[in-house]
Amino acid sequence: MLNYDLVVVGGGPAGMAAALKAKEEGVEKVVILERAETLGGILEQCIHTGFGLHYFGEELSGPEYAGRFIEQVENTDIDVYTDTMVLNVSDSNVVTAVNNKDGLLQFQAIAVVLAMGCRERPRGALSIAGSRPAGIMTAGTAQKYVNIDGYMPGKKVVILGSGDIGLIMARRMTLEGAEVKVVCELMPYSGGLQRNIVQCLDDFGIPLRLSCTVVKTHGKDRLEGITIANVDERLKPIPGTEEYIECDTLLLSVGLIPENELSKDAGVDLDMITNGPVVDEYRETLRPGVFACGNVLQVHDLVDYVTEESQIAGKGAADYIFGKKKGGTFINTKGINGVRYVVPQRVNIEGEKKLKLYFRVGQVFKGARVVVECDGEVLSSRKKVKLAPGEMENVVITPEMLKKMNKDSEIIVRVEE
Amino acid sequence: MIKNLICVACPLGCPIEVEVDGTQVVSVKGNTCKRGDEYARTEITNPVRSLTTSVKLEGGMHPVVPVKSSGAIPKDKMFQCMEAINSVTIKAPVKIGDVVVENILGLGVDIVATNCDSGK
Repeated sequence: MLNYDLVVVGGGPAGMAAALKAKEEGVEKVVILERAETLGGILEQCIHTGFGLHYFGEELSGPEYAGRFIEQVENTDIDVYTDTMVLNVSDSNVVTAVNNKDGLLQFQAIAVVLAMGCRERPRGALSIAGSRPAGIMTAGTAQKYVNIDGYMPGKKVVILGSGDIGLIMARRMTLEGAEVKVVCELMPYSGGLQRNIVQCLDDFGIPLRLSCTVVKTHGKDRLEGITIANVDERLKPIPGTEEYIECDTLLLSVGLIPENELSKDAGVDLDMITNGPVVDEYRETLRPGVFACGNVLQVHDLVDYVTEESQIAGKGAADYIFGKKKGGTFINTKGINGVRYVVPQRVNIEGEKKLKLYFRVGQVFKGARVVVECDGEVLSSRKKVKLAPGEMENVVITPEMLKKMNKDSEIIVRVEE
Repeated sequence: MIKNLICVACPLGCPIEVEVDGTQVVSVKGNTCKRGDEYARTEITNPVRSLTTSVKLEGGMHPVVPVKSSGAIPKDKMFQCMEAINSVTIKAPVKIGDVVVENILGLGVDIVATNCDSGK
């Protein structure tokens, strides 16, 4: 058994930021366990730029953003195990992992940070008719093939889902010589950033079809084509609108799911909406000493916010390790009227610091107000030009606001049109 | 004439309204920062983009290493740049910032590595 103060599960941007923050706070023995060959997580394959504008004030590519944290980790005495898969986090914070060098490893931790990230929703979750030919994969899988393995997975491509990964891959495949025929989006709006629609689709004349989905795949060994159809307001395909498109590759960019198998086994309570752990403002789960941050907690659109969130978790873990974390009176936060969820789900009303509540809306709103209220009293109300499901928003809660609350209060975030 | 653009300078994506007289920009509205103004003006006169791709790597942990253009390149030169980059093979080790193609197509922009690979 190896003894550590803090075990961080996952060496992506979340895990690295949490580990570095804990180190900075004076935690002595910290270890990061990473499943891939290198630190960096998904950023390693996100070779496009757009990362770091908030945190570093400059525009970096994914590997460059990760590189800055990898360098910092290397300059500390944080231990790193790569190629190492965590199998279990026990009730007593024993983390069991395996790799092909050390075999089975067991780490006894005082605190654990869960930073496993998320994975893409696969084809199996979509129920598209057709057999299982080669050429159908998630956009992220294609991204790894092209950017890490130097391998082009197809020539004629259709992309289902207009989230940022789908849009980025439309451009990437085009630049490498593939013909991207169309990007289909089930919803009446794109889930991706406007700038990506401009510079990934419009720049290359790739059409974006909204309210449209793939209803059937054709081909037995290799994909030969797909049938797309328009959908109605209830997102059901409209008979008679089917259209055949010849292609050898279908990329799916249809959502991300936080990877919480380990959290579930560890007895950590999950939020039904975010699919991530229920946490308080220190990013501590309902299991004392177990923290969560990054995409395993909630899917983010900007890595800069992942870093910010993970530093909070790292600080929380350090306070826990040093016994500085006091109890408190925790109340719930809740999203209603267009607000799908709020993270953190619990807030300590005895807290003395300003904190941010992050949330996402369920549909596009223009010129609406974001209202925060508690016990019938409006705490803040701010007008927003635009609110979209693809963009995470936040509201600030001040210590003065917290002082007015009691143990039965509930903080509500809602949209007012 | 009024042209509507979406700024791509940062993830905010501000909707910008540009008043154009022939090839001259008369006014820029809707941007929320200086970079938006710059973007709108170059987008009308000489649209540019930064380019990110990968280059073949010999003896590396991976067969390719990601690269980017050190500055913006004209939009219509994208595919020519891709051709030039795809004809190059570099050798490991490589580190972030290493120049892979100097002054590509004489555009005054370098292609630089954006990840390191210490080799096998």
